[in-house]
Amino acid sequence: MYLLDLGRFSKAHSSKTDMSKIVKLKKGFDIKLVGKANQELADFAPAQTFAIKPTDFIGLQRPKVLVNEGDTVKAGTPIMFDKAMDQVIYASPVSGEVVEIKRGEKRKLLEIKILADQTVSHENLGKADLTSLDRDALVSKIASSGIWPNIIQRPFGIVANPEDTPKAIFVSGFDTHPLAPDFGFALKGEEKYFQAGIDALAKLTTGKVHLNLDGEIPAPSVFANVNNAEINKFFGPHPAGNVGVQIHHLDPINKGELVWTVNPFGVVQIGKLLLEGVYDSSKLVALTGSELTKAAYVKTYSGACVSSFVKGNLNSGHVRVVSGNVLTGEKISLDGFLGFYHHQITVIPEGDYYEFLGWALPSKRLSFHRALGLLSFLNPKKEHVMDSNARGEERAFVQTGVFESVTPMDILPVYLLKAIMAEDFDEMEELGIYEIVEEDLALCEFVDVSKHPVQQMVRKGIELIQYS
Amino acid sequence: MKFLRDLMDKQKPLFQKGGKLENLYYLFEAGETFLFSPNHTTGIKGAQVKDAIDLKRMMITVVIAMIPCLLFGMYNTGHQHLLATGGTAGLWENFGEKLGTGALLVLPIVIVAYAAGGLVEAIFAVIRKHPINEGFLVTGMLIPLVVPATTPLWQVALATVFAVVIAKEVFGGTGMNVLNVAMTARAFLYFAYPAQISGDQVWTYLGDAAAVDGFSGATALSVAYTAGVEGTQTVVQALAAHNTALGADLFSFGNMFIGWIPGSIGETSTLMALVGALILIATGVASWKIIVSGFAGAYIMGAVMNLLAVNEYMAMPPQYHWVMGGLAFGIVFMATDPVSAAQTETGKWIYGLLIGFLTVIIRVTNPAYPEGIMLAVLFMNVFAPLIDYYVVKANKTRRLQRATV
Repeated sequence: MYLLDLGRFSKAHSSKTDMSKIVKLKKGFDIKLVGKANQELADFAPAQTFAIKPTDFIGLQRPKVLVNEGDTVKAGTPIMFDKAMDQVIYASPVSGEVVEIKRGEKRKLLEIKILADQTVSHENLGKADLTSLDRDALVSKIASSGIWPNIIQRPFGIVANPEDTPKAIFVSGFDTHPLAPDFGFALKGEEKYFQAGIDALAKLTTGKVHLNLDGEIPAPSVFANVNNAEINKFFGPHPAGNVGVQIHHLDPINKGELVWTVNPFGVVQIGKLLLEGVYDSSKLVALTGSELTKAAYVKTYSGACVSSFVKGNLNSGHVRVVSGNVLTGEKISLDGFLGFYHHQITVIPEGDYYEFLGWALPSKRLSFHRALGLLSFLNPKKEHVMDSNARGEERAFVQTGVFESVTPMDILPVYLLKAIMAEDFDEMEELGIYEIVEEDLALCEFVDVSKHPVQQMVRKGIELIQYS
Repeated sequence: MKFLRDLMDKQKPLFQKGGKLENLYYLFEAGETFLFSPNHTTGIKGAQVKDAIDLKRMMITVVIAMIPCLLFGMYNTGHQHLLATGGTAGLWENFGEKLGTGALLVLPIVIVAYAAGGLVEAIFAVIRKHPINEGFLVTGMLIPLVVPATTPLWQVALATVFAVVIAKEVFGGTGMNVLNVAMTARAFLYFAYPAQISGDQVWTYLGDAAAVDGFSGATALSVAYTAGVEGTQTVVQALAAHNTALGADLFSFGNMFIGWIPGSIGETSTLMALVGALILIATGVASWKIIVSGFAGAYIMGAVMNLLAVNEYMAMPPQYHWVMGGLAFGIVFMATDPVSAAQTETGKWIYGLLIGFLTVIIRVTNPAYPEGIMLAVLFMNVFAPLIDYYVVKANKTRRLQRATV
């Protein structure tokens, strides 16, 4: 027994030192904003309602709802599934009553709202011992629990198909987006579950599980002693924390290949499923942004209504609430719901104002550029208050070389985007559309002089390829 | 500002869909967005905040970078006029008079270029229903700087109209053009009205005054070319001996570098072009790679010519190419136009280098065109997509090889 353990230990250890990579990235840009979440738990009134938004799940084709208004559910009760991939269950994040099934035009399913109980009770999904579980059983266990949608397939950035086997699985252990939560703080104390989740993932792939950490800080406790994964370190500005960038440098995706990505919150959920037998969607969400009086972390569940954290916590009246971060997030209303993949709420000023000679006067506003009157480069450490003004109108591509300097991948973003505009499938493929999703070119959208909706274009290109 | 804003808001419905002047919407929009950055906000999904830059600011940065060339050009126009007509030879004497004479000649050209370009832009915006492109801010300033001060105003207008329509609007406007618009205007004048833009008589404004005895209006390039053909003295000697009537050392290296020589309005001063280059590089608006490789290319080809020299022009020290003619201005302001230049980073090195090479080759070996930069830039504009094609192909090949390894 002793010998066996020692053997396992030394093997894991050597694989760490021999195989793990250190990647230093230079290209990119950190958007430094006012309103970072303090590392403390805020004691706001808990969220009352929670929602599952089918629009959060990219690639979800024909959602079928399994509950009716008025039904009572527990955390982990199946709520809906995709008729195009019926093994994967989307489950209730909390226990309570289904109060509304909201549909839009052409009966498009928009939200399934659940009024939560005071204390959340969980469906008993059954604990499982990984050693006695074969891969198929493990897959169907995760797929039926409601946790599976955390597993994302690349290319395309869609919910993974349980019938596939990826060549590798990637977990980014840090987030470099503006005001992003500190995973070390948000996942403190989850070490056991994280390890169990990693062990499960290792079983799902024929290749490696990569855990990619921020090389510039000591590894947070939740990641520090992880076994069964290859630990890589990344240095550099945003988008160093983007899993797509990491994949590009570790084991890039070629045509016909599949990899999966899971965010660390999803890994912990998988661990809890195995060790506790529940779908526990609780997580620490970072409340961030210049317009919040108290920027801190709050403990809630997936899909929480943000109103109790935001209303009464504002220091100005005219704001935009964003589920997620300001680069890739989604505008929601003051009583909107946190997106499934988001663990951050950002509140910034709304920017619907005119500005006299705004294009000519000197400006201290944040800019990646240094063109006349743009002075933010003089003070790179300054944290900025940024509003949602579009800062100009859409134009044809003029400036060149800028997208490349914020994209730390061997990809030519402008050529790729032009191929998408021209709907040239071969060109898109050859220029690397399989390697990116929206967030990987989000900085391009930010820095673009000609103000193209870059992320929207990327999704359009992906869909063209995906459904061709 | 409130008053202006109210005025705008009041007029806006007239131009919007259903309004009486609906067809002129883009004209209104151009005026409105010039005065006020719009109140648009970012979309629901995606980037919620945007970088403070926009195309207007980028373009105006280029215009500002050209101001030193413009001011120097005005002063030098007056200076050359006084020199040629026997006024004082001191550089800073009669400062006001020189600047005044220059301004009276140059400003109308600038105004005509802006008016003609703006008009075409406006007509196309209305007919084709696209926003007015900020590119003409730069074009309208570039064209005056690459013509002699004596160019008839109608020719400036015609060239501007031709270039904006044929080089830009037919392709779809700023961002879609293949050729540099201002260089196209210059080329149009060169081939359509050679009498007013080449030879020895057009570079210096004489007006009604008579030229001093022994005056020759030749540019350094034509002096160098003649020296090459005659072969009796080196180019440097010929330049030194030239036009002593206007004071010694007219074509000394230092004088040419600073720009106290006859030539097109904005192109005589290498120094001012370098000041512009400094602004463009510091602000990151133009590619330093193109500028550096352009100058390097000219020097390298000049040195190669030295090695192969069969005449005196070929034997001219390579650094003279930097300060003669419009090379510096062309590389700094024309070659770096991001739309018509190579768009890949590797491509920019090759593109700049080849512009330098070609300029010197055309200057030294082609008897018909004393100035090479114009044709070199236009030629490389046409070739830039080919350069990019191979750089992009290399990227694709790397991806493909990775897949098959």
